[in-house]
Amino acid sequence: MVGLEYFQRFLSSPDFMQYLINTLKLSVYGLLWSFPVPIILAFLLNQIRSSKIKQKIQLILYMPNFVSVIVLCGIVRLLLSVNGPVNMMLHTSIDFMALPEAFRPIYIISGIWQGAGWASIMYTAALSNASQELREAAIVDGANIFQQIRVVEWPAIKDMVIIQFILQAGNIMSVGFEKALALQTSLNLPASEIISTYVYQQGLLNGNYSFSTAVGLFNTVINVILLVLVNMIVKKMNEGKGL
Amino acid sequence: MEANLRQRKSKSWFSRQRPEDKAFLIFAYVLLFLFVIAIIIPMAYIVIASFIDPITLQNHGISFDFSKWTLTAYERVMSNAQIWVGFKNAVIYSIVFTVISVFVTLLAAYPMSRKDFKGRGFFNVLFLITMFFGGGLIPTYLVVSNLGLLDTMWAVVLPGAFSVWNMIIARTYYQGIPDELREAAEVDGADEVTYFFKVLMPVCIPVIAVLALWQFVAMWNSYFDALIYIDDAAKQPLQLVLRSILIQNQPEAGMVSDIQSTAARAQLAELLKYATIVISSLPLLVMYPFFQKYFDAGIMAGSIKG
Repeated sequence: MVGLEYFQRFLSSPDFMQYLINTLKLSVYGLLWSFPVPIILAFLLNQIRSSKIKQKIQLILYMPNFVSVIVLCGIVRLLLSVNGPVNMMLHTSIDFMALPEAFRPIYIISGIWQGAGWASIMYTAALSNASQELREAAIVDGANIFQQIRVVEWPAIKDMVIIQFILQAGNIMSVGFEKALALQTSLNLPASEIISTYVYQQGLLNGNYSFSTAVGLFNTVINVILLVLVNMIVKKMNEGKGL
Repeated sequence: MEANLRQRKSKSWFSRQRPEDKAFLIFAYVLLFLFVIAIIIPMAYIVIASFIDPITLQNHGISFDFSKWTLTAYERVMSNAQIWVGFKNAVIYSIVFTVISVFVTLLAAYPMSRKDFKGRGFFNVLFLITMFFGGGLIPTYLVVSNLGLLDTMWAVVLPGAFSVWNMIIARTYYQGIPDELREAAEVDGADEVTYFFKVLMPVCIPVIAVLALWQFVAMWNSYFDALIYIDDAAKQPLQLVLRSILIQNQPEAGMVSDIQSTAARAQLAELLKYATIVISSLPLLVMYPFFQKYFDAGIMAGSIKG
């Protein structure tokens, strides 16, 4: 009979709060910073009239998506290494990968670099499907571009934005585990040890199967609670329309 | 005359805009340009740096003095056996994974697309639960281990083969196909199996292409399953080989071991990382523009349900 022994052990350990906070900070900051970028990109792309130029730009914007997590983290490590180009430009020799306070910005910025263009595809497509008639009517009524965005284009993607937000908020506790592991160094652990990397460390490297499973389950439960919660909030804000 | 006309025409759209709109457009274009530059610069830097002589690279960064350029890094990386083993395994795993995954997904999506399927609601809930609630790392590991799959290709290829999200996309696609097609096939005496393989599949080629490309890229770029399930160096996929070179700072045996001085060896190891990144990322980056339209179509297919 195991009971709740392992849950107790984890919840009462002093590290628990730190890992939980690390996980939440990484994903909440990550969500808040990176969520708007693809939407902004889609609005910007939509202002380009020539479809040829638009396609070329999109080709470049999507490219980083095809770079693997390992290569992405390899690039980050090379660019930020002590005698890498960033330090050379700043005339410093900071070991960014060893700084706990640099971990989250590195993680989030590299995430935007890799994913924002790709995530903009569906917004771009929805925008180009936005009613042309409505837009022309707005122009006839004297709307400037900013007003067109507000009354024609934003309504066209609003539902999609809400759904994407729910889905991403629901995945807050599980997001980006592979990348966190690849950006971890023994020195930035105070910021980079999140619940899922701790599960890996404890379970597979140290062989504490039961303990690690309990921690993982805890993670999933929080995730499901978050999903239900966000869905409820959005429902309230959006006149009963949730997921 | 004609050129003049064309010039006026191309100029006219922007010049017809109001002053505040012009300002807005210029702001938008500049912002977009900066984003594009921010994507290109790191990539360009990696490519250029991979050709620079290691000592120059460490002391001065990249240089356009071509006498300092060298192909050493590429020669060393290309002549390393482990990289090629990684490539070979990645190709095999990705192809096997794609075939299994797409086949299973298409089959599962078919009953789920039929309104006359009795258990539809039940299975739907079952599938949705797995999207947000997983067994967790260790239980999954124990299952794979107890099935005797550890250190085999199947540990990497099987557990993630069925994707609920992809099933939903295939289901949505099936539902867009008119029922008349099946009725016509039935009249012609086709049973369900014949209908599925001979009639439905040919119509579904666009969605099959999308799912196949997604799964191929996903497997090609993943490392975590291989990291936990595969020990044998001969079975490692490319990303795991890259991990030890790029993340763990351990160049493959033979890549730098002939260099005597420790400092020179470290410089060379650093340079090899650049070349390794270029060689390993090139195949996908070169191929993806040819498949871009399928990816776009797939994203839209996914968002219909959304």
